[in-house]
Amino acid sequence: MINVSKLKKGIVIDHIKSGNGYKIFSQLGLDKLEDTVVLLKNIPSNKMGVKDLIKIENDIYLDLTVLGLIDSGVTINIIENGQKKEKIKLELPKKVYGILKCKNPRCISTIEDVGDIEFTLVNPSTKEYQCEYCHEKTKL
Amino acid sequence: MIKGKSLIEVNDFSLEEIDDLLSFAGKIIDSEKNYSGLCKGNLIATLFYEPSTRTKFSFESAILRLGGQVIGFADAMTSSVSKGESLIDTIQTISCYADLIIMRHPKEGAPKLASKNSSVPIINGGDGGHQHPTQTLTDLLTIRQLKGPISNFTIGLCGDLKFGRTTHSLTKILLKYPDINFVFISPEELRIPEYIKEGISNNRYQETFSLESCIDTLDILYMTRIQKERFFSEEEYLRLKDSYILDMNIMKMAKNDMIVMHPLPRVNEIATEVDQDDRAVYFKQAKYGMYVRMALISKILGKGGN
Repeated sequence: MINVSKLKKGIVIDHIKSGNGYKIFSQLGLDKLEDTVVLLKNIPSNKMGVKDLIKIENDIYLDLTVLGLIDSGVTINIIENGQKKEKIKLELPKKVYGILKCKNPRCISTIEDVGDIEFTLVNPSTKEYQCEYCHEKTKL
Repeated sequence: MIKGKSLIEVNDFSLEEIDDLLSFAGKIIDSEKNYSGLCKGNLIATLFYEPSTRTKFSFESAILRLGGQVIGFADAMTSSVSKGESLIDTIQTISCYADLIIMRHPKEGAPKLASKNSSVPIINGGDGGHQHPTQTLTDLLTIRQLKGPISNFTIGLCGDLKFGRTTHSLTKILLKYPDINFVFISPEELRIPEYIKEGISNNRYQETFSLESCIDTLDILYMTRIQKERFFSEEEYLRLKDSYILDMNIMKMAKNDMIVMHPLPRVNEIATEVDQDDRAVYFKQAKYGMYVRMALISKILGKGGN
């Protein structure tokens, strides 16, 4: 196994579903950071079989909504002085704007320029969101 | 308070607001002449992007009986829509002229979009197969006028319970009232969706294919049309379309004070011989539809008291 040195200060995004690591890396724009960033893929995990993991050696602003939408199962550990200072468990956002599109061909949003549509979470277990116009459910 | 509010779906109003509205509709029924000039001086637009004779006439007679005036179109092709104008632009323009907009549109959510872009209230007169809140208010007024308080009865909903938006919204609103039992009568293929049943406790509903087996237990029978446009195959429609035909032989098994409701139009599901039976109230129901729309329009315009 590849050894990556222990983080002194920064953020660890753990329990990323295998395959989602690169998506998170890209969506958070981590490739643009000048700090040290490590993306580990397919690490053996007792809980998940295999998982992805990201270490960022600095404090940066994380868009938790984007993270929650890509992979709501991740945990975020904030590290200071080599110790875990805070652990954040993500939840799916109750409402999202401008991220989802309604797939219902009967929805007014398919023929009118309605701008960003508000989608409301209706079932966290199935990750289903409901369109504000036609109430049709869409999965993330 | 309903004044100034849009009605996009029934849930936009609280139960208290609905009850207040139904009481006011009851007052109009009792002494219609007292309310004939209530909306004098108001201009109301009826924008019908798809044809609907019944709903359009019901709204327009309601407006005229209140002394209001109507502008609008009954076919989108005769309006600026045919020139490619967006719904948002049409609504922004018409809301400069009218005090209230009533609209029907084939696309789901169109009235909601309109209400976000209008300076005057919007009433949804039906958006595709999605919502038709004034039909639900009509149903509630009919029950209240003919069966007394909305509580403590058994209602049978019969026909297309899968695609029928009328039965879905009626069931959802009735669940907010006490002691109401439901019997869902439909062919296997057209059963009421699970998500509607999820809100009802098990001892409050039953499902059956047979109308004859349960009609004697019903206080209200709500018949619906099996809609051809909902089927992908003509063959399946033909197989199911005459699943239920309510005739006098079946009516003989029903209680003497049961009422038969139907949102209309009917096709074959109620034999015309039933029309002569006092328990057949579907045409009365259409009249109550006009009265509930009179009450709704007045209240939204702030003319019906608090």
